[in-house]
Amino acid sequence: MKTRTRTDELQRAFERARSEGRPACMPFVLAGHPGKARFPDVLGQVAAVADVVEIGLPFSDPVADGPALARAARAALAEGVSLNWLLEVLHARAHEAGAALVLMSYLNPLLAHGLDTAVRDLAEAGVAGLIVPDVPFEESGELAVCCARQDLALIPLVSPLTSAPRLARIGATERGFLYAVSRTGITGGQTLATDLDDYLTRVRAATKLPIACGFGIRSRAQVERIRLHADGFVVGTALIEAIERGDDPARFLSELRPETRS
Amino acid sequence: MIRAHTELLLSPPDANGRFGSFGGRFVPEVLFEALLGLEEAVRIALPDPGFRASYAQELTSFVGRPTALTHARQLSEAWGAEIWLKREDLAHTGAHKINNAVGQALLARRMGKTRVVAETGAGQHGVATAAACARIGLPCRVYMGAIDAARQSVNVQRMELFGAEVVCVHDGDATLRAAIDEALRAWAEEPSETFYLIGSAVGPHPYPWLVRELQSVIGHEARAALLAQAGALPDVAVACVGGGSNAIGLFHAFRDDASVDLVGVEAGGRGPGRDAASIGSGSPGVLHGAYSFLLQDNSGQVRETHSVSAGLDYPGVGPEHAALAASGRASYVSATDEEAIAALRECARLEGILPALESSHALAGARRLAHGNFRGKRILVNCSGRGDKDLDILRTECGA
Ligand SMILES: Cc1ncc(COP(=O)(O)O)c(C=O)c1O
Repeated sequence: MKTRTRTDELQRAFERARSEGRPACMPFVLAGHPGKARFPDVLGQVAAVADVVEIGLPFSDPVADGPALARAARAALAEGVSLNWLLEVLHARAHEAGAALVLMSYLNPLLAHGLDTAVRDLAEAGVAGLIVPDVPFEESGELAVCCARQDLALIPLVSPLTSAPRLARIGATERGFLYAVSRTGITGGQTLATDLDDYLTRVRAATKLPIACGFGIRSRAQVERIRLHADGFVVGTALIEAIERGDDPARFLSELRPETRS
Repeated sequence: MIRAHTELLLSPPDANGRFGSFGGRFVPEVLFEALLGLEEAVRIALPDPGFRASYAQELTSFVGRPTALTHARQLSEAWGAEIWLKREDLAHTGAHKINNAVGQALLARRMGKTRVVAETGAGQHGVATAAACARIGLPCRVYMGAIDAARQSVNVQRMELFGAEVVCVHDGDATLRAAIDEALRAWAEEPSETFYLIGSAVGPHPYPWLVRELQSVIGHEARAALLAQAGALPDVAVACVGGGSNAIGLFHAFRDDASVDLVGVEAGGRGPGRDAASIGSGSPGVLHGAYSFLLQDNSGQVRETHSVSAGLDYPGVGPEHAALAASGRASYVSATDEEAIAALRECARLEGILPALESSHALAGARRLAHGNFRGKRILVNCSGRGDKDLDILRTECGA
């Protein structure tokens, strides 16, 4: 169906942002939030201004997430949101242009779907990458094989605590991008790592892949700081909160986006 | 055959923390280095004579070990089998949980950690952790589901008297599972300074292994005492299974005794769909860091559980039990709320021992075995805790 490969799509997204002299804008939305009926519109609005959209699949026990995302996930699950539902939504918008899509899901819903089937179905729905926050690099073997088979990028995470030898191993990943968690802790926290510049410099030295930085990002000033060392910024909790306040998500993201510079 | 299997499964997990295909380290990246650090500390501490000596010393002088092995004569007569009770209810703070809490608190101090976080279901692990931390001099915070805090309010008071900060978790199912979610989040915020003192043989590697090692004192004592008192091994060893710590602690000592059957009793609650029997009614999946059996819906969402016993009201189970079930070395049955309460009453009236509702599931399982294949046989039951904490529940459940 698609001619270009899926991981190319991610690469292209980062290249486009870089050529425009800005970091890639990578909003996180939660499947089925704020409500099943409104989600497709939110996804469309966000995808129109973003370079990469991360779509979170709600899980009952999201241990890497703070209260805002956990609450949103619970509400979505109560409405019956599932991987199958999300796949339908994605197929319905398959013709729409816009940002590259990445799915963020805890492992268990993928296991329940069947890893191989889940990865194949996601690829067919136009998803270019997969982030699984409870699968650290050392546990990623089987998933990596499934992803490689479908040309889906399995995006590894690193944190300020990741040791040098592990950072080197993880940084050698060949496809997609590296997700550098901006803080020690869960999503929705207020502070970034105190040694952020140092940390992102270490990450940069360990990989040839683009670096996306996320967790706790909610202001333009933070984005300005991150862009010095990273190729993209992820906005999750702050966007979910903005949507819950009734703000226009596209406008909210535009306000975070730094000026382009060449 | 069984022997070869058993050694394979009950030896330390492999380098990736797997018992067969179960276990592993499915945690967010921020916690991974903390797990590596903990694993290294465990590998050094467990065989270290200094650590072993201070642990043994605390077990004797603080916990009150060895706990008794009681021949339950009247229950034996009533059930038609020879019933022996391993009396973990006599351990300090009233349950086996203290064996693990003291060991991990010593490890936390040894690793130079400055604070402890823990989760609790029935409150027994929270109380044990609070007591161990008070003794060892570490500040501690305990996460407890709001429903559990209400149904085990005496334990909240005890934890607070020991100086612990108790945080009620209103999220999710507001029971043990939500408390673990929250404790993991708290740990992720400060993994370098914080020691997560997990309360059962669950979670990511190395916890299931560490907890088993610390709880195996139960089985070792029971085995020696039974040999001394009855001159023989049991035909079957029975324990209740929530996360599985008292059960794995009992089973471990009998791993090479091919003649000893191992039976775990899960919470059957109010029947299928309203239970907490992860092995009996669940399927393999990943929750709280490990690949094991869990109660989930078709989409892989963890489902709500029910048990009259807060300590068994958990949708997962330790990975080593999953491996034991898969290999057939241990078998797993369930007892309903009603059966557990009946067994509790019978044990109290006939033996003058008030078992915890959790432990009463093991008794109910033993009763069924006595009426089945183990008629006239020697049945060792782990009385994992005392039932004082359950008086309020008994009053509301059956107007006792
Ligand atoms: C007395 C008692 N027994 C058993 C359990 C269940 O835990 P586990 O399966 O880890 O032994 C609990 C948990 O709180 C308990 O308090």
